Amino acid sequence: MTVYILCFALLLVGIYGVLTKRDLIKIILSLGIMGYAVNLMIILFAYKKGAGFAIMLRDGINTNMVDPLPQALILTSIVIELGITAMLVALAIRLFQKYKTFDITKIRRLSG
Amino acid sequence: MILPFLIIIPLLAAFLISLISGEKDNWAIVLSILAVISLLALAIFSFFTTGNKTFVYEMSGWKIPLTICLVQDALSSFMLVIVNLIALTSLMFSVTYIRQHDSPWKYYALFMLLITGMNGVIATGDIFNLYVFMEIALFAAYALVAFGGKAEEYEASFKYAVMGSISSTLILLGVGILYASTSTLTMANIAAELQTKNPMVMYWVAAIFMAGFGLKSAIMPFHAWLPDAHSSAPAPISSMLSGVLIKALGIYAIIRIFYNIFGAPQIFLTIFMVLGSISIIVASYLAMGQWDLKRLLAYSSISQIGFILLGLGIGTKLAILGAVFHILNHAIFKSLLFYNAGAVEMALGTRDLRKMGNLRGAMPVTSGTSMIASLSVAGLPPFNGFFSKLIIIIAAVQSNNIIYAIIAVIGSLLTLAYFMKVQRYGFNGENKITELNQSISLGMKSAMIILAVLCVVASILIIPGIREVTLDPVVSVIMNKTAYIQSVIGR
Repeated sequence: MTVYILCFALLLVGIYGVLTKRDLIKIILSLGIMGYAVNLMIILFAYKKGAGFAIMLRDGINTNMVDPLPQALILTSIVIELGITAMLVALAIRLFQKYKTFDITKIRRLSG
Repeated sequence: MILPFLIIIPLLAAFLISLISGEKDNWAIVLSILAVISLLALAIFSFFTTGNKTFVYEMSGWKIPLTICLVQDALSSFMLVIVNLIALTSLMFSVTYIRQHDSPWKYYALFMLLITGMNGVIATGDIFNLYVFMEIALFAAYALVAFGGKAEEYEASFKYAVMGSISSTLILLGVGILYASTSTLTMANIAAELQTKNPMVMYWVAAIFMAGFGLKSAIMPFHAWLPDAHSSAPAPISSMLSGVLIKALGIYAIIRIFYNIFGAPQIFLTIFMVLGSISIIVASYLAMGQWDLKRLLAYSSISQIGFILLGLGIGTKLAILGAVFHILNHAIFKSLLFYNAGAVEMALGTRDLRKMGNLRGAMPVTSGTSMIASLSVAGLPPFNGFFSKLIIIIAAVQSNNIIYAIIAVIGSLLTLAYFMKVQRYGFNGENKITELNQSISLGMKSAMIILAVLCVVASILIIPGIREVTLDPVVSVIMNKTAYIQSVIGR
């Protein structure tokens, strides 16, 4: 149970960072932390103490193994997060070229 | 089976466009128009052959629950028709509009990816697959919002991308919890398993999904990104985002998950009604104060999504009919209004209502179709918006939700007020405009005329004989909560 609570605390750290930080790069890093927290939590759902990897076991499916499906899901989600992070960093570079700052309180031509 | 092609064709077109396009965008236009016409034909064919039946396609020879399945029922084929119809008119509008920007072929490749994502979200029957396709659509949408390359567009796109990533992370968390408690990812199996589990699991996951998909569909407390993103994007993309993206990723996913998987518990219907009525009133009020035409239309989108959500929240058969009909109508008239705004922006170089004037002489097609669309969104007979709003209000009265009915009436009066403002200042103002910077091309005109005709023609869907073959099967998919499980698993 403790690991789940720690995982949730990590998610909250990410949300806190997104909501309070004023620097574009710190916001992107906080989004990364949120993503890691969720990935870690899904991996933990599949974890079983003392079990082996499904791909390493030779003697049929009745042996003690961890659930391999969440690991496949997390691989997909890591790739998606990589793409989104690259996109966000590219946008941050363009914003810096246009506004000469990373401070979101100074990047506000759109309002209302 | 039709459904896999609705995903394969636009994905293939996106790759081919990026492979064969050079400096010119001619081949990109030909390929994307061909792809979207075939998609629309397939979608219409599947809509009229589905009826009350359900077809399930299991990928690569595996069986449910081991495989990723695609589910074709009345609701998904109805949404597919809307998406591909708006996509076709949007492409017709894009051809000359997007040549203002650099390297237009990139636009068509991203546009095809956007359609791939939306078709995938609608077609899929697997909840993790829904997340993946949603990310494909959103990735294309972030890039397309920033396509113009101005400072405001990057700002809007960054805001949209941050909010979108937060909501996607929440949705992934919800998917993880659902998998942990039910050990399956197929939606129908999840629905069957959840009936035997502790209902607290469902409430937790539903709360997370409410925040996640609420952000995607821009319901009122989660709406902050929408006015920036939808008003900064190029006009055909604004119409895709406002017309179909918030419905495919937001409203459609909410219907599928809350009605078909969770079985529509009363507490969430109440939340839908409250959030819907807040969206209607506050967004209409905010729209009144706007002078930027596209920003006004973006706020109007939030308010119309409120009507759809109110209809879903009331939850009687009539209310859901109104909500489903309003999804179609809002896609038609809001896309048309964004085309009008784009045409005016191209011809005059401004979106400010105070700088426009009397456009009836110079741009007869644009001002005529904008009048039809304004009357339609404001809910005046005989246009389609009148019937869907009337149905939602009657359903609210019938189910003894008098307060919500009054809110809906006030909301449609406010809508009428701010569209009178658009007509008064934007298209029928004092200073008569005679010369334009750029003329409006035939493709743009025909896109506007097609949607203006549909504004009138869509009203006939409500006539009893036609309603029974078009809208009623959709309503029955939403209303019969357990029939979805039976039709996917128990074949």
